[in-house]
Amino acid sequence: MEIVFAIAIGVMAGSGIWLVLRPRTFQVIIGLSLLAYAVNLFIFGMGRLRVGAVPVIDPLTGSNPDLYTDPVPQALVLTAIVISFATTALFLVVLLASRGLNGTDHVDGQETDRE
Amino acid sequence: MSLLLILLLPFVGSLCAAFLPANARNAEAWLAGIVALAAAALVANLYPQIVAEGVIRMSIPWAPGLGLDFSLRMDGYAWLFAMLITVIGALVVVYARYYMSPDDPVPRFFAFFLAFMGAMLGVVLSGNLLQIAMFWELTSLASFMLIAYWHHRVDARRGARMALIVTGTGGLALLGGMLLLGHMAGSYDLDAVLAAADTIQSHPWYPVTLILIVLGALTKSAQFPFHFWLPHAMAAPTPVSAYLHSATMVKAGVFLLARFWPVLAGTDLWFWLVGGAGLCSLLIGAYLALFQQDMKGVLAYSTISHLGLITLLLGMNSPLALVAAVFHIANHATFKASLFMAAGIVDHETGTRNMQRLSGLYRAMPITATLAIVAAAAMAGVPLLNGFLSKEMFFAETIFLDRPDWQHISLPLVATLASMFSVAYSLRFIHQVFFGPPTDDLPRAPHEPTRWMLLPSALLVLACVLVGMFPGITVGPYLRTATDSILGSDAPSYSLAVWHGLNLPLLMSATALIGGVVLYRAFLWRAGTEVPLLERIDGKRIFDWSQTRLMSGAEQAMRWLFSPRLQMQLLVLFLVALGGALLPMLNTGSSWGTRETMPLHPAFALLWIVGGTCALAAAWQAKHHRFAALILAGGAGLATSLTFVWFSAPDLALTQLTVEVVTAVLILLGLRWLPPREARFAQGRPETARVRLRRLRDMSIAVAGGVGLAALAYAILTRPDIDGISPFFIEQSLPRGGGLNVVNVILVDFRGFDTLGEITVLAVVALTVFALLRRFRPAPESIPLPRQQREQNAADGIEETRVPDPDAKLPGGYMMLPAVLVRLLLPLAMLVSLFFLLRGHNAPGGGFVGGLVLATAIILQYLVGGIVWVESRLRIHPMVWIALGLLSAATAGASAWLHGHPFLTSLAWHGELPLLGELHLSSVLLFDLGVYMLVVGATVLMLVVIAHQSLRRHHRKLSLGGNA
Repeated sequence: MEIVFAIAIGVMAGSGIWLVLRPRTFQVIIGLSLLAYAVNLFIFGMGRLRVGAVPVIDPLTGSNPDLYTDPVPQALVLTAIVISFATTALFLVVLLASRGLNGTDHVDGQETDRE
Repeated sequence: MSLLLILLLPFVGSLCAAFLPANARNAEAWLAGIVALAAAALVANLYPQIVAEGVIRMSIPWAPGLGLDFSLRMDGYAWLFAMLITVIGALVVVYARYYMSPDDPVPRFFAFFLAFMGAMLGVVLSGNLLQIAMFWELTSLASFMLIAYWHHRVDARRGARMALIVTGTGGLALLGGMLLLGHMAGSYDLDAVLAAADTIQSHPWYPVTLILIVLGALTKSAQFPFHFWLPHAMAAPTPVSAYLHSATMVKAGVFLLARFWPVLAGTDLWFWLVGGAGLCSLLIGAYLALFQQDMKGVLAYSTISHLGLITLLLGMNSPLALVAAVFHIANHATFKASLFMAAGIVDHETGTRNMQRLSGLYRAMPITATLAIVAAAAMAGVPLLNGFLSKEMFFAETIFLDRPDWQHISLPLVATLASMFSVAYSLRFIHQVFFGPPTDDLPRAPHEPTRWMLLPSALLVLACVLVGMFPGITVGPYLRTATDSILGSDAPSYSLAVWHGLNLPLLMSATALIGGVVLYRAFLWRAGTEVPLLERIDGKRIFDWSQTRLMSGAEQAMRWLFSPRLQMQLLVLFLVALGGALLPMLNTGSSWGTRETMPLHPAFALLWIVGGTCALAAAWQAKHHRFAALILAGGAGLATSLTFVWFSAPDLALTQLTVEVVTAVLILLGLRWLPPREARFAQGRPETARVRLRRLRDMSIAVAGGVGLAALAYAILTRPDIDGISPFFIEQSLPRGGGLNVVNVILVDFRGFDTLGEITVLAVVALTVFALLRRFRPAPESIPLPRQQREQNAADGIEETRVPDPDAKLPGGYMMLPAVLVRLLLPLAMLVSLFFLLRGHNAPGGGFVGGLVLATAIILQYLVGGIVWVESRLRIHPMVWIALGLLSAATAGASAWLHGHPFLTSLAWHGELPLLGELHLSSVLLFDLGVYMLVVGATVLMLVVIAHQSLRRHHRKLSLGGNA
């Protein structure tokens, strides 16, 4: 399982990095989304992977930490998901405004002769 | 306490002065004069206490944990300086009242004038090194503002900038020196530093510290080689020159040198640095003063020379020389301020300060002339005036200098020579302006100014005479208090007297006087503007040159190190990140861990075959098929969400899923404003080798990043879990947080402050989106309806210019069916969102998820029903939701204060209510409600403002805040 999880992170991160290095704003925004998935999964993985150990206390079995998966990375990633949503929204609007102002969707606000 | 009052008075006065009307010259002068006099009275009042106690201290704890206090400290030396600052300040205020023209905006002048007075008092009264450095910078800033007071003049702006750059650079060096000094002494407290002389002088950092502090002092006091800014600062109004650039601010440098004299002086390095700079300034300043044509120019160079004399005295490493230095500081302040006032009067009454044009003014303005003659005589060192006394002390010190032979002999000779120059330029200053044939060739007919303008100058001249004739009873006791406070038990005995008998210093004075007269008579009667010998050494030129070099160097460095292209910047970013991750691996080696892995589940593998393919396909298609790429990226997000479910993270899965939906809608709304790319694709530009090479480069970076991250993740996943802080949260979630869902308890309780910050960011982003799109101008080709919509409309027989009908029960055409479904969905979605909110504390859910669900339901209404239709029925005010959300979360946090707990401590109430039965209430719920409302408000606001862009076609103005 772990190896698939790790490869999934790698594939999404690689796709994300490739897109972020592209010249069109839309490519960058999709790339950032993919990169965010990868990074969120990565942070989540820091708590190690466990199946069937949801960090919701069962009053019957008590608060033994061994029974539950690590909740801290989950709390961090939850914050990260919301923040990456906010940055995506902001970037989308900047992208639109830049397109409206400059007449191009190149990341530098002007067409270069390259690509 | 009165120390604080002395310091605050000018600053408060400055604020008041700034708000008076522009033409209130009298009110301004009264205000500034009263402030200065009150401060002077307060200072004078402290004298008996200083004689009795030595030092008055006052300190207010500021950051006690760091050992930082706001501390004020006044000893005899600081007292003398504070007196000079306040008394001369008061006199200059009177003078300025009559000097400034009614057209000048006086509030600005007096506001900065008083601010400067406060800053200067801060420098002399501070009891903490860092505080001194801060007030020091403030004086530089005030000086900048005052030099540039007539900011329509180029020379004023240039002079101000040059003064600020030079003194500001010195201030930076001083700050460094202060930090080192405090570090060596172990405290930034002035008393502690002054007591640590031995520690500091034997410390290996002593030379660096000394150089830095001396740099600060020399730049401030306009000493060689930084003297060039002072003559250019003469573009300031004359009261400023009299006050800042002769009597007080330029004295800050020598003030500091004398202040730290007990700690830093006594070494050879001190002698060469301080004494050397002083000697050069003394000689060069006096020499250049000989050839100035501007009255203020003569005075400026003479100030450099006299400050050089003081610096030289301080550099001699002898206590008696220090006494002479302090004495000369006071003397110079009096005669130079009055000379500046005289120059200002001449300028004011005749319209010029050019000494080649001025002549024979004695007849027209005899009082001014008399005052100027006496003050200039004091400057030249004529007996029975104060300048003579300190100059005699200086001569005596040069003779008794305790140094090897050649220095011992040459110093008195140089001193006499400089003094000769001083006599010559004083003579020239007086003779060319006030004597000789009267001239008619002046912009204005000269006459005596109003008596009030003469009064300050007269008082200062009176002081020169009184001190010069009766030094023992006028200045004697104060001088002794001042020098005793610096030197302590090492204070030498000396006598202030006019007559010390026939001795070598007197002979030197006589030589200088006669030599000066001869020099003037012989060579300078009508000298030209050219400066012999030193013409080529021009500080200003070097300054300008270094400025230009600095700028071009910075540009060069920018060209080398900076690219304005985002792609290049991101490339560097990724390379650095890759290198940063790779470096520790290379250093310590890397290996997989030994933790037992889980057996692979085929469904999970399948999930990521799909998910990974989606990600790769999105990367491949994002350029030409945006919609497909968006859906594919969503597929990868869905796989991520399912992975969260799989590995025991239901909260994450829910949030990821809802965020996924909202993000997709958001980007969908934005898609139509992007330029079409198919056309360009069809042209099929040939790929150049360069493009291919760059793609290959990016591809390798992407692969390296992906492989690296995957390897890193796997290496960590196969290692055993470390004992972190997690057990604490799990164990305390129920007893302390009162919730079963640990993740939610962490978010809203244990780490509530983080969440508060996070929702604030969300609110800020939403408002930014709103603000950015208010002025959005879409590209012309994206304004008409998209092709798909046009085709659909054509098929449905709807004409393109149709304005949506807000009264229709259902939207017509292809949206009719979805509209029915979506309307049925809204109450259900509301229910679900509330359900998630309320159960969040004990089961997966919470404010974020709930808020996103509601926002999605609302935006669905927009998508299907159309903006016009929805907004004619549904009133949602996203801004209000955002505000209420923030308010609610903050209230929940602040409610803990009522019980004396820190911010965001959770409070719970458990009890019985009639009708409702058993009830559990917690401030956490209020907090989560705040999160919920804010998420709804922020998300809806962002989506709706983007959606509203399509209304531009109808040229409608819908104000969002009230109508959205």
